[in-house]
Amino acid sequence: MTGINRRSLIKSAGAAALAAPFINRTALGDTPTKVGYVYLGPIGDQGWTFAHEKGRKEMVAALGGKVTADYVENVNEDQSAIPVIRDLAKSGHKLIFTTSFGYMDQTLAVAKEFPDVKFEHCTGFKHADNVATYNNRFHQARAVMGKISGMMSKTGTIGYLGSFKVPEVVMGVNSYAMAAQSANPNIKVKLVMIDSWFDPAKESAAAETLANLGCDFITTHTDSPAALQVCEKKKIFGFGQGADMTRFAPHACLTSILDIWSPYYIARANAVIDGTWKSGDNWWGVKEGSVRIAPYNKSLPENVKAAGDAIMKGWADGSYDVFTGPMVDQSGKERLAKGARLEGKDLATIDWYVKGVEG
Amino acid sequence: MNLDLVIAAILTVVNITTPILLAATGELVVEKSGVLNLGIEGMMLCGAIAGFAITFTCSDPELGDSYAWLATAAPWLGVAAAAAAGALSSLLFGFMALTLGANQVASGLALVIFGTGISSLVGTSFVGIAIQPFDSVFPDSLAGDPFWRLIFGHSPLVYFAFVMVGAVAWFLNRTRAGLVLRAVGENDHSAHSIGYSVIGVRYLAVMFGGAMAGIAGAYFSMVITPLWAERMTAGRGWIALALVVFSGWRAGRLLGGAYFFGLFMTLELYAKASGFSFLPSQFWASMPYLMAVIVLAVMSARTRGGSEAPACLGKPFIPDA
Repeated sequence: MTGINRRSLIKSAGAAALAAPFINRTALGDTPTKVGYVYLGPIGDQGWTFAHEKGRKEMVAALGGKVTADYVENVNEDQSAIPVIRDLAKSGHKLIFTTSFGYMDQTLAVAKEFPDVKFEHCTGFKHADNVATYNNRFHQARAVMGKISGMMSKTGTIGYLGSFKVPEVVMGVNSYAMAAQSANPNIKVKLVMIDSWFDPAKESAAAETLANLGCDFITTHTDSPAALQVCEKKKIFGFGQGADMTRFAPHACLTSILDIWSPYYIARANAVIDGTWKSGDNWWGVKEGSVRIAPYNKSLPENVKAAGDAIMKGWADGSYDVFTGPMVDQSGKERLAKGARLEGKDLATIDWYVKGVEG
Repeated sequence: MNLDLVIAAILTVVNITTPILLAATGELVVEKSGVLNLGIEGMMLCGAIAGFAITFTCSDPELGDSYAWLATAAPWLGVAAAAAAGALSSLLFGFMALTLGANQVASGLALVIFGTGISSLVGTSFVGIAIQPFDSVFPDSLAGDPFWRLIFGHSPLVYFAFVMVGAVAWFLNRTRAGLVLRAVGENDHSAHSIGYSVIGVRYLAVMFGGAMAGIAGAYFSMVITPLWAERMTAGRGWIALALVVFSGWRAGRLLGGAYFFGLFMTLELYAKASGFSFLPSQFWASMPYLMAVIVLAVMSARTRGGSEAPACLGKPFIPDA
């Protein structure tokens, strides 16, 4: 990850003794089940980690005295994550959520040492008997943004501000592009990856770049509202992610993807308490209430709102899938036949962009 | 490539460069006095939250019309608060490294941890709100003009950064006080023996560096993204630190180096948006770490001679009783 932080920095200075991560403890009850969370960013990032933290709090509130939950924030996606996860397992946490793609191998490594502890890795695709993966189908909401952009873009060029080329982001890009193309077949999606999940200044610079190159809609797949502020200033439009970001850009922010993690966290904590927990790949979405969109901006025309609502409704009842063939990649090769739906492993490990994506 | 696009790109370059330049200019003075303060990132975060908090509080519409003047002055007060917060936080380092003679590398790292922590703590109540950006103060006919915005379309802090580079160069090379500061950095015991207060000079330098880092932090929270988010400086303090070393402790090269970095980063973004990339994605991710390693390596190699580093850089000064 970008940004040197306390832990990695001290390590580089050879003072690892100081690096014991700070584990935020909540009250200890009689014998409540202890749940641990590993967070990528600060809980105040207003985006990804903020949403997980909200899910954690809602889980604790919903399950009353049955669970306690601790978290460690600002954990790098490198080897330094291993001792953090191990500390949580050692200190009696029976269920540990590692909430970013880059903790995949570290989670599996620690899981081997603690067969009795259940691990849940967010956005990954590797499993073990005690390691499940989970994710939200954010790309479902991303399709709404693509549809809005496709219907409203005047320049015919729209932007996607991404972080890293990981399946979750690739899905978002493709969903955005395909939904936009369903409204305007000739639309171009310019893609910039900033090699970081959280770097407001670089997010801002990248959004400026996209705007300067003619994008009049920019969707953000990084964690701060920086890009939306650029949209507001440049009088173009954008979308928030993780939480409703309207207050940062009252005119520019048309809607936001809302990550709702609490239904999943409640269900999985209950499964551990009941002894019914099983490994697997749990991928919830609009249907389960895990992905929602924030209220539309008032400026949005009625027909556009209706098109967005139709997509959300289609996801909920299963009648719509943005990844319905034909899907053609950037080189022009057909990857999915007409009428078929991209599902399972093909979707979870996707590493190619659809035609019309530049970058 | 048309002129509009070039000018727009230059504005992005300026936005990336200015905070690094501000912080590096401050650090240059600190290092010239013989002190290595690695805590730039921490001081920047202190400045970022202080600048944001004061600007937001002073421009709060609930204060009423009688405080309209306060709202007008809000961004300036914010910058002043950022400078004060940066200088104040640097005193923590100053006390450990100068008064107590502690290891400067360790004290600087402690300052990073402290600044990150306290800014997060203070910032909790400022998360999720936005302020008006501290933009150009020139009339819209100039600041908004497609061409003249190149010169007039910047935040006042951009001009401030240029002025400060020049002022620091002049101060270090052309003034008596600058000579004293360099003497303290090159040979602390000689400076001490002819009656200069080594610790006093170094305290002033460290506070100046802190104030500049604080203003650099305010550039993030008041200009680039007028909001507060934890750790929003995302490692730029380390870039600034490395820049001082790469510039060979010269203000002119510092200016050039900072703009080279900004240009480099901007070009890469344009390349990516146009469908290609000339750097592996891991490059930027590893950049701050790489910088820290290089700085420390250069520091430890300097005894071999031929280095432009101030001779006493990083060595604690303990006056003979």
